[in-house]
Amino acid sequence: MDLFKSFGSKNSSKDIAKERLQLLLVHDRADVSPKFLETIKEDILNVISNYVDIDETGLSVEITKEKRSDNTYMPALHANIPIKKMKQVIR
Amino acid sequence: MSESIVITSGKGGVGKTTSTANIGTYLAMKGYKVALVDTDIGLRNLDVVMGLENRIVYDIVDVVEGQCRLKQALIKDKRFDGLYLLPAAQTRDKSAVTPEQMQKLISDLKEEFDYILVDCPAGIEQGFKNAIAGADRAIVITTPEVSAVRDADRIIGLLEASDLHDPLLVINRIKMDMVKRGDMMDIEDIIDILAIDLLGVIPDDENIIISSNRGEPIVTDEKSLAGQAYRNLVERLLGNDVPLINLDVGNGFMGRLKRLFKMA
Repeated sequence: MDLFKSFGSKNSSKDIAKERLQLLLVHDRADVSPKFLETIKEDILNVISNYVDIDETGLSVEITKEKRSDNTYMPALHANIPIKKMKQVIR
Repeated sequence: MSESIVITSGKGGVGKTTSTANIGTYLAMKGYKVALVDTDIGLRNLDVVMGLENRIVYDIVDVVEGQCRLKQALIKDKRFDGLYLLPAAQTRDKSAVTPEQMQKLISDLKEEFDYILVDCPAGIEQGFKNAIAGADRAIVITTPEVSAVRDADRIIGLLEASDLHDPLLVINRIKMDMVKRGDMMDIEDIIDILAIDLLGVIPDDENIIISSNRGEPIVTDEKSLAGQAYRNLVERLLGNDVPLINLDVGNGFMGRLKRLFKMA
């Protein structure tokens, strides 16, 4: 078993192929349309603006991939939300 | 009970037609009645791989349009009883047949045959939709390349969306020397990514080209490694427990392949 591990060095072209495929399929499988992301963005905006003032021009929502501890990838929804200032929240 | 199986891949040139010919031929060699259906209208090739190109009179479009009876369009194989080909039309396009017509055709074929193997065209458009329309099961062919595996993944998703569950994977054209060097994705890598059951692995074998030059499926060649791989693949399709053959000419791979197959 370990013998086989030693066959390919870390940067062998098959490892590159596998890694590229995993990244590619995260996107392919998520099948996210720009419209879908726009909808999420609006919804997030609506909720968060109850609590903070958001710089809407700087807001971005996208699907990215996160490397897990076992070196595989999983899709992640990455939202970058610049805050202008906190709102007074009534508890 | 008869069964219809579609052989598909998404990407072109990965071995759908060759696999259809070989799987069908070996099923017939084992005594089953088999119909091979070429749905690649406009780009037919299954006839050539089977060496039956000179015998075509009618084709699939003639049948669905009622220009001839189904039996008239079926071409009997030269070598094996019970093996027939329904060729695609060459001068029409994919829109000449509808999924509903395909369903009817497959169910008509089921009255005569044990296995109906449908050779699917590349792509995900009408030709693909036609090919999967009457299928009970699907075989997805890929090669150990990024583009082919990616397309296979897409196809697996589309099959699932069309209620064709649990497709079986065939990894074609694997080169064990490259796998060993770390320059080709291994069986394990591909199963890892696609997460479906493995039906078989076909080694890259120049005898496949030689046999297609002759119009004789390689499965009839007792000596070739690829032929053996196809025979084993068919045994597994029939539910028999056959380990993967040792594709490696060198040492040490057997145990690993065996383990893999137990996992699959």
